[in-house]
Amino acid sequence: MIRLEKRPQPSRAFAWATPLLAVLATFFFGGLLFAVLGKDPIQSILTIFWQPLFGEFSFFYRPQLLIKGAPLVLIAIGLSLGFRAGIWNIGAEGQYIMGALFGAGVGLAFYPAESALIFPAMVLAGAFGGWIWAMIPAVLKVRFGTNEILVSLMLVYVAEQFLASMSLGLMKNPEGFGFPGSRNLQQYPSAHNAELITGSGMHWGVVFAMIAVIFAYVLLTRHRLGFAVRVTGEAPRAAKFSGVNPGRLILFCLGTSGMLAGLAGLFEVSGPSGQVTIDFNTGYGFTAIIVAFLGRLHPIGIVLAGLLMALTYIGGDIAQSQLGLPAAAIQVFQGMLLFFLLAFDLFTNYRLRTGRTEAA
Amino acid sequence: MDLSAINPILLIAALMSAATPILLAATGELVVEKAGILNLGVEGMMIIGAICGFAVAVESGSPVTGFVAAAAGGAVLSLLFALLTQLTLANQVASGLALTLFGLGLSALLGQGYVGVKPPSMPDISFGFLSDLPVIGPIIFGHDPVLYFGLMLVAAVWAVLRFTRAGLVLRAVGENHDAAHALGYKVIRVRTLAIMFGGACAGMGGAYISLIRVPQWTEGMTAGVGWIALALVVFASWKPWRVLLGAYLFGGITQLQLNLQGAGVAIPVEYLAMSPYLITIVVLVILSADKSAAPGSLGRPFHASG
Repeated sequence: MIRLEKRPQPSRAFAWATPLLAVLATFFFGGLLFAVLGKDPIQSILTIFWQPLFGEFSFFYRPQLLIKGAPLVLIAIGLSLGFRAGIWNIGAEGQYIMGALFGAGVGLAFYPAESALIFPAMVLAGAFGGWIWAMIPAVLKVRFGTNEILVSLMLVYVAEQFLASMSLGLMKNPEGFGFPGSRNLQQYPSAHNAELITGSGMHWGVVFAMIAVIFAYVLLTRHRLGFAVRVTGEAPRAAKFSGVNPGRLILFCLGTSGMLAGLAGLFEVSGPSGQVTIDFNTGYGFTAIIVAFLGRLHPIGIVLAGLLMALTYIGGDIAQSQLGLPAAAIQVFQGMLLFFLLAFDLFTNYRLRTGRTEAA
Repeated sequence: MDLSAINPILLIAALMSAATPILLAATGELVVEKAGILNLGVEGMMIIGAICGFAVAVESGSPVTGFVAAAAGGAVLSLLFALLTQLTLANQVASGLALTLFGLGLSALLGQGYVGVKPPSMPDISFGFLSDLPVIGPIIFGHDPVLYFGLMLVAAVWAVLRFTRAGLVLRAVGENHDAAHALGYKVIRVRTLAIMFGGACAGMGGAYISLIRVPQWTEGMTAGVGWIALALVVFASWKPWRVLLGAYLFGGITQLQLNLQGAGVAIPVEYLAMSPYLITIVVLVILSADKSAAPGSLGRPFHASG
């Protein structure tokens, strides 16, 4: 008879081994999935995880790792603060869109003026856009006790409609021959989030992601606010006694994650994407949830998880063009990863015991 | 703009149809939450139901078989959630999200060959001359069988929860799982069954969208209906008849904004399309003051060792 016994303290070893186990299990079952789809499983896995890093065209793919990883890490860092405190911002996708719209809006408003101040103004606007969008669920939760999960998620759909309206209306390129979508910010030097080092994939979003990681690390380990975040998540009652103001914590966590998601959106729209279009958002806000959990809600872990997820995006694209693997297969793969992670997490808090069950 | 093009009788008839996916999913989720489980994977189970139902209906030529397959698909996916939360004691919020993300991906994968395919249509139930009656005819006697099934489901759930022993056990498990366990009820078994029931209902709700409402398959076609269903359970303070009321309210809003789009109102289409989501938020705000009706153990993990 196998039974579960709660560990007196969560196992630190398992806390770090779980993501690795989950990745291995996902490799295995992902391989099975690819086999079912009629692809060679080993070759598929190699195409996704090996080729972008060490394959023939890796010089082209490696920079992509930073380009795709930066928004994931930026968003996931913000989400992890809230998740730690039991504050669930599920609407990062919406905040990402609003950040992009606010930022691009500022940039487009100045077109064609050239000034070194335009890009910083866009960054501020992007952060503000994401922040204000996250403030809606935050204020509603603090003021009325409304469920932040549902509100932040509903706002994703609202933001998507808003994006459609903007790219077909107000922000549409007047010289775009009637095509939907804004002017291309890549062709507007003052607003372009260009690569800082040519060919490296390094843009301002990557820099901000690094700053966010350091900021989160210091906050969580060295600052009183980080202590409040951790205590609230682990023991809400104790948090109250230690003088944590729950309302202020909600505003801080949702606001910060919204701001970071907004920044991610702004750097994307002014850099790699370049344009406000109907299908601008590609699900980074949702994938970042997986990144946050896979990274154990820890800043360093999130960097590693963000890079891994970026790899699945890039490798997925390659597998799509070379092996004809459907795009959705990668989405399933990512979902699977989260499943296994949550399942294996059992061993962090519980121990398997074999032997006779004692009389209860 | 021509508002006279909106016929109130047809609007009511159509809103009942628009409400059915939300109604089915929300009724299922109500039972799940009554058992003390918060499954945020409704959206994922719905979209899986949508594609399972669609694919099977197309292959078999029978929409009824499609609906059965949709219920099975939703239930199987929900079993994953049950495994995570009941067996490996994972966080319910995170597991529900995982279910939604996984379901959206898997449905896109399964649905690749079905884009642009037309499913077999489900004929409306014929009530003979009753369907030709003015006003009541189209509203009460002019629908497909699944819509009536949804209404009966609400009645059945209400009756089972209120009058039967099974309903009492389910509510006991949801209110206080430790006490229920001490009384000898199988908490995990009850909850797993409730989760599967919720999955089957959500799956049928999804299939209603892909087989009857649209009827077509497109990726991500549930577009947040699952989340609205979750909000609806809160709105209904966990009472079946109020789920019905809420579903018709949301169905009405959805249908009205579609009709307004059709009538060419001066408001841009995107802003009309936002309205169901915005109204959900407003309703949540108004009702969130009162949480007293929520099951006591909602969202808390259960482990027999205590």
